[in-house]
Amino acid sequence: MKPPPFEYYAPSTLDEALRLLRDLGPDARPLAGGQSLVPMMNFRLVRPRYVIDLNRIPNFGYVRLNSDVLQIGAMTRHREVEHSEVIKNQWPLLAEVMKHVAHVQIRSRGTIGGSLSHADPSAELPAAIAALEGTLILRSHSGTRRLRPHEYFMGALTTAAEPDELLVEIQLPTLPAGTSAAFDELSRRRGDFAIVGVATVVKCNAVAEITFARLTFTGVGEKYFRAHDAEEYLVGRKATSSVIAEAARMATSTLDPPSDIHASSNYRRQTAEVVAERVMARAIGQQGVMV
Amino acid sequence: MTIRHAITVEINGRTFQSEVEGRRLLCDYIREDVGLYGTHVGCEHGVCGACTILWDDQPVRSCLAFAIQADGAKLFTVEGLAPAANELHPLQQAFTDVHALQCGFCTPGILMTLLALLKHNKNPTSDAIRESLSGNLCRCTGYHNILTAAQLAAERMAD
Repeated sequence: MKPPPFEYYAPSTLDEALRLLRDLGPDARPLAGGQSLVPMMNFRLVRPRYVIDLNRIPNFGYVRLNSDVLQIGAMTRHREVEHSEVIKNQWPLLAEVMKHVAHVQIRSRGTIGGSLSHADPSAELPAAIAALEGTLILRSHSGTRRLRPHEYFMGALTTAAEPDELLVEIQLPTLPAGTSAAFDELSRRRGDFAIVGVATVVKCNAVAEITFARLTFTGVGEKYFRAHDAEEYLVGRKATSSVIAEAARMATSTLDPPSDIHASSNYRRQTAEVVAERVMARAIGQQGVMV
Repeated sequence: MTIRHAITVEINGRTFQSEVEGRRLLCDYIREDVGLYGTHVGCEHGVCGACTILWDDQPVRSCLAFAIQADGAKLFTVEGLAPAANELHPLQQAFTDVHALQCGFCTPGILMTLLALLKHNKNPTSDAIRESLSGNLCRCTGYHNILTAAQLAAERMAD
């Protein structure tokens, strides 16, 4: 239950960190908040030969609005994302999701970049970033790549980042004016990883027709799932309980979630449907449409 | 050969200088190198919350950081709570008054979590206290008296 020995590096600039990643090769692991990497090292599930601590790099954690794009530095702590006024006001989905990310002690230290790099199949953040159509900015010593969530998340604990690449920033485009959002999850205890979680962003017009819909899931497979079919079905239809129920059914009918000690595959799929209905009803309710 | 790194850490207002291996966990440094045994080590993978300390005023799991990362940081542990040898902090007093601990193993971490909560929320709701304590496991008390103690301490500290 103690981590195995490693060589510790604490670069003071991003360029230095990227050089170290290139020079030390795949035996090196970047250390962000450490809330997933350190327990895995304590269990000796991973044994990096080199640890590159990113915590000494100044200005690597920030939340700033640059014209109509929100830029979040990879080393921004969960707590800072959770309490950011601009995020609460303009990306309330993300602010709501943060309350479900582990516990307050983890959110003090954990980072958005670390969580998105870890890519746990039950993590809330990938589903949120997908629902918000975020962009993940990767940098290496030789260049920069901008990836969409479906390009970046490859599978359980696997992303498209090469060993010498680092996730440095998350960008969120502005949502259309007047959208509302909701997130909810089922977990055995508060702060546990979700058994299933669902994120949605919606907008209705004056006659209660849905004009904008996003619907994403976590915990239902190797990576987050975005229900494009259900989103297309919703747009142009009246926001009624039967339409929401049909969208939730469409979104989840083809899912084949994993079974584990916490929940069977069938339970996960059915729960996903129920939670999807609930979050859609809540988000649509915020539009002043009662369903 | 094992490489040791020199670190300087402020704990409860006192400055400590040590040499640590890169892999030295912060909780083990606090206990074994500094000799402050009030910070308890339970699960060592960030689930139980017994090792919670304040790091620059934020509650963190000291089993999920390396001591070397705290070089230059200001830490606060349960030993810093009581204002004097014969006087308890209002949180500690409330815990004894309403029997909010039994074996006491989880108590230091819970006190640190509640201290952080009460610093920025002088009058927390029952829900806020529960939310804050969701990251601390207690196997004796059933949490009810811990909640009562937190509310009592908040009332007394507001007076």
